[in-house]
Order: sequence, then C-alpha cells, then structure tokens
Amino acid sequence: MIKKIVLLAAALTAGLGLIGCSHQSQQKASPGGKVLKIGFLYVGPKDDFGYNQSHAEGAAEIAQLPNVKIVEQENVPETVDVEKAMEGMIVQDGVSVIFATSFGYWDHVLKVALKYPNVKFFHCGGLYQADKDPPNVYSYFGYIEEGQYLNGIAAGYASKTGKLGFIAAKPIPQVLENINAFTLGARSVNPKATTTVVFTGGWSMPTQEANAANSLIDKGIDVITMHVDSPKVIVQTCEQRGVFVAGYHADQSSLAPKEYLTGAIWNWGAVYKTIVADIQAGKDPSHFIRGGMKDGFVKMAPFGPGVSATAKTKIESVLGKMMKGEFVIFKGPLKDNTGKVVIPAGTSEVQTDPVLEKMNYLVQGVIGSTGM
Amino acid sequence: MNLSTSNSAVGAIFIALLGGAIKTSTPYLFVSLGETLTEKAGRVNLGLEGTLMMGAVTGFGASLFSGNPFVGVLAAGGAGLLMGALHAWLCSFRRVSSIAVGIALMIFGTGLAFYLGKPLIQPQAPHLPAIDLGFWTTNPALKEALQINVLFIAGVVLAPLLAWFLASTRWGLILRLCGENVEAARAKGIQPERVRLLATAAGGFLAGIGGSFLSLYYPGTWTEGLSTGQGLLAVALVIFSRWNPLLCLVTSLLFGALGSLGAALQAAGLSQGFYLFGTVPALMALGLMILTSGKKRGVSGRPAELSVHT
Repeated sequence: MIKKIVLLAAALTAGLGLIGCSHQSQQKASPGGKVLKIGFLYVGPKDDFGYNQSHAEGAAEIAQLPNVKIVEQENVPETVDVEKAMEGMIVQDGVSVIFATSFGYWDHVLKVALKYPNVKFFHCGGLYQADKDPPNVYSYFGYIEEGQYLNGIAAGYASKTGKLGFIAAKPIPQVLENINAFTLGARSVNPKATTTVVFTGGWSMPTQEANAANSLIDKGIDVITMHVDSPKVIVQTCEQRGVFVAGYHADQSSLAPKEYLTGAIWNWGAVYKTIVADIQAGKDPSHFIRGGMKDGFVKMAPFGPGVSATAKTKIESVLGKMMKGEFVIFKGPLKDNTGKVVIPAGTSEVQTDPVLEKMNYLVQGVIGSTGM
Repeated sequence: MNLSTSNSAVGAIFIALLGGAIKTSTPYLFVSLGETLTEKAGRVNLGLEGTLMMGAVTGFGASLFSGNPFVGVLAAGGAGLLMGALHAWLCSFRRVSSIAVGIALMIFGTGLAFYLGKPLIQPQAPHLPAIDLGFWTTNPALKEALQINVLFIAGVVLAPLLAWFLASTRWGLILRLCGENVEAARAKGIQPERVRLLATAAGGFLAGIGGSFLSLYYPGTWTEGLSTGQGLLAVALVIFSRWNPLLCLVTSLLFGALGSLGAALQAAGLSQGFYLFGTVPALMALGLMILTSGKKRGVSGRPAELSVHT
C-alpha cells in the first residue's frame, strides 16, 4: 500500500516538476564589479517564433553583459503561480530585478512589489500610475502598432481583393490598437480595404488559429496578419494555402518564404540594455518606459518577394517620418466602425499619448466587434 | 444585407463547419474510441490528455528524424501504448484508484511531453498527406474543406470495426464480460487484469495516434499549447456516446464542427458576442447530458464494473 502511494506521489511530482521547472540560469561575470541578478518570466515557451521568443532573445543579449546573471522561467501562468515564481526568484536565486513579460502579470506584480520594496519590478505593457502604484514598479512597452501600420501598407498594396484578415487573441487595448493601425495603414493606400477580425479568445490556441486562418481564406481574404503569442501556425497555414501574411512579434520569414510580406518585430535587447545600464550606473529608470521605431524598441522584418517596389517606397517614406517622430497614426477626424466619431477633426493623438493605451473601439473599415 | 450575400454567408459558415468537422474531429475520435475500448473492459483511464500530448510530441519527433510521417504515427501509437500499459500496471496493484492514477498520468504525460518537446518547437516535421476529395468542385473553400486526411479516414473505418469487434467477436465478448461482471469472467477462467491491461494499452495506442494528428496535420506543429483539452473532452464524449463506437464518430464530428463555429461566424462578419461562441461545445455537452440522462433511465450502456473505487 505504502509502496503504491509513493509510486503515485512520485509520478505526480515528476509530472508537475516537468511542467513547471525549466529554470535555467546563465552567467557571465568579470572580476571586480557587483553581479546584478535579473529574473525573467515568460507566459509561454521561449522559442515560440513569437512574443516569448522576442523577450528571451532580449534576455540572451543582456546575459552577455559583464556582471549580469539572468534566471529564466517559462510557461508561468497569469495566476497566483506568477507570484510564487517571482518570490522564488527573489528568495532562492537572490534576484534584485524582475522582468515580468506578460500583460496579465500586472496585478500580481503590484502585489508582490509591496512585499519586496528593494526589488525592482519591470512589467511589460501595464499602465503605471505614479499616484497609486508602488515606487519599485516600472512599466515598459513599445509602440509596435507603428509596425502594424507599415504591415497594413504592405497588405493594402499586396491584396487583390482588398479584403484583409486579422487573427487576434483578446480585445484588450494593445490588440485593438494593432488592428486599427493595420487597417489605417492599408486604407492609406487602398481606401476601400476592409479588415475582418477573428478573436480566438486565448494567447495560444493553435487549432483555433488554424480554423480562423482557414475561415478567413475561405471568405476570399488574401492577406492575413495577427496578434497572438505564437504566429507559427497562422504563418504556415497562409504559406500552405497561398495567401500573403504579415508577421508579428518575431521574424517568421523562414516559415513562409513565398508569402511572408514583412513583419512588425520587437527589439527588446536594446530596451533591456538601456535599463540594465541605468541600474548598474545607480540611476533610477523611468517608471513609464515607452518607445517606437525611432527609439529602436521595434523594427520591421526584411521584405519578402510579395512586396512591390511601389509598396517598398511608400513604407520606407512613412518609416522615415516615424524615425523623425513626425508621423501620427491616430488623428482626427476618425470614426469607429459603428459610425461614431472617436477622434474629432483637428485632434492628433501622438504615439506617446497614454489615452491610446485605453483604446476600446475598432476603426471604420474593420469588420468585427470588441465583443461587449 | 441582401438575400444573395446572406445566402453566401450561410453557405460559407456551412462549409467552414464541414471543414472543421473533418479537420478537428480526428483527435476526439481516436481518443474516444480508445477510451471506449478501455472502459468496456471495466477500467477508466482519465489520463488520455497526457497520452495525447505524448503522442503528439513523439509523433512529431519521429517524423522529423525519420523523414516519414507514418513512422511518426506509429511511434505516437507506441508512446500511447506505453502510457496505457503504465496506467494498467499501476492499477493492477490492489486498492489503487484508477481515477487518481489517471489524473497523475495526465499531469505526468503533459509534463514529460513538454520536457521532451523543448528542442522540437522550432523545427518543422514532414506532414501527413491529405486526399483530395474536392476535385469535383471549383469552389476553393469547399475544395479545401474536402482535403481529407488519411487518419480521419482510418478513424471512420475504425469506428464500425470496433463496434463489430465488441459486439460480435469472441475477444469482444471476453472484454465486455470483464467490464460487466468480473466474477463471472474469473469463473470462466479469464484473467480480468490481463484483459484490462491489453484494453488500456490498446486505448492508449489509439489516443497516441490522435495526438500525432495534432502535431503532424492540423494544426500541424509542436507547441506546448497544442491541445486545448481535446483529450479530456474526448473522455466525456465516451459517456455521451453511451460507450458506442459509432456514436463516438457522430459526437466527434459534432464537437469538431462546433469548435470551429466561432472562427466561421466571425470570418463571415457575425462577431457580436464572440466570447459566447467559444462556450457552445461546453453548452452542447451540458445539454446532451441533461437530455440523455434522467432519474429513471440512469446512464444506459454503462459497463457495470465501471465504478470510481476500483
């Protein structure tokens, strides 16, 4: 009897252990100097051709810096699990800086930060409010919708039907910003273009993503882009069925050599290096770290064969304006897809305007609803 | 919306549901057929979600290294067979709860699959081929929906075969006897534990093959989010199907179609309340449960030896 209980317990712990712990650390130390220990938490596997890979690549870049040691944990759910994982890193590994890279970690970060005032918590995507959030919490994010606007231009030129598709996880403000920027980019070169949105309901739902791509293609949509954690399945489905695809998060061109147009990709290495340099120099980083193309936070993937010379020229000219900080994506007059004016004529919501991070509408030209 | 566009929208949704039924039902079908076999012998294996994931990762790895997707399918079946045999072996000890073993193996299988699958997330393995049954139509959507995978066909053939095996063969009778009355089986000189071992291993074999469909055909990749609980839902499908392999085929097709409803409706421009579309399969499951069971009828078709304490 006892033997069997031990057996069962062993099977259970082995299984749980394998799911939870892919706890790895990398270190590069140089003599002298104090070693800065940094913890990274990812919501999915760190080589997912997508969001988590983009962060892990950034982490790998700072692991190369002198006097930096990183600790990583993958597949950390956006539940109380992330609090345990963060506390484990602080107590057992002695990290003094944490990068919580998933949007849904926000409330948990705020909770744990109160308990460990000497640890700096950097959260990706949260909207930091100085008057109510703890002083050891920092929020960072990039204006990747600039990349989605450029994706939209590429899509607007490449599409024969003028019907574009967007496969998205959930209608949160950052996703809506991307859908809207993509649509505005496409309509800047083809005013009749429409974007049909399919929400899958989760950040990583491979079967639903494949269903969404096939359903969109069946409706005559001939360019697809996405905002899900791992675009791999969507990109592969597009290549297989012969419709163009604009990528997201990381460079997926190797998955679709024929159909990949370009992609909006993160450049977290640059962001993480600046933050680490500030901390090592004893400076307190900004609590609200944001940047776009101009600041090197985001960049575009190389052009695929489906991008025409005209499209390239147009994209490069808009990108040039973005690099100078002269380009505004969201400006009035702008209507949502129910006909309501969301930005009045004469108003420009520049990229740094925090009001954009509260976006709750889909612009004219988008077929879909925010689900309320 | 005028009549012709609304007709085409309905047509498109219908084609999407048909495609979804054919494309996404196969894992449900294999897992539920496997579980039917196991439960008919009087044992419940709740760990098939873990077996499905082990099958998916083994199938993907074997296809990648051998270059032949069918080697992948066989390897996936083999991994499932081992998982099933492990379940049966653990349950063969006295006073071990098969439910607890099943849950432990579900977590163990998923975790082991994640661990073994770490180096397999990036590479691309050769896919299983599809048979073009849409050659007669020029409608590209219908043509795509009728790209039929060989495993789907195998599953469709397997369902009546399994029904015949259970109903009309000597081995099927022995298996059912172990599920209905273990004392009678012993009196006949049958060793129920051995029969259950074989039935659980065979059930695992089928569930493993179901997993290889996920990684080698649709969606056709290895990722840790590959299964969204198909292995668990398939165990429930066995109950709706009243332990009848032919009904397993029907319910698998139904749940495959319902799972693609959300994407199909949104692609057709019907997006209000899309959160609800995702709950349709679960609502359907609840509805079927309520409709098909009642105080008087109980759960008909249930093998008598199936109880939570053995």
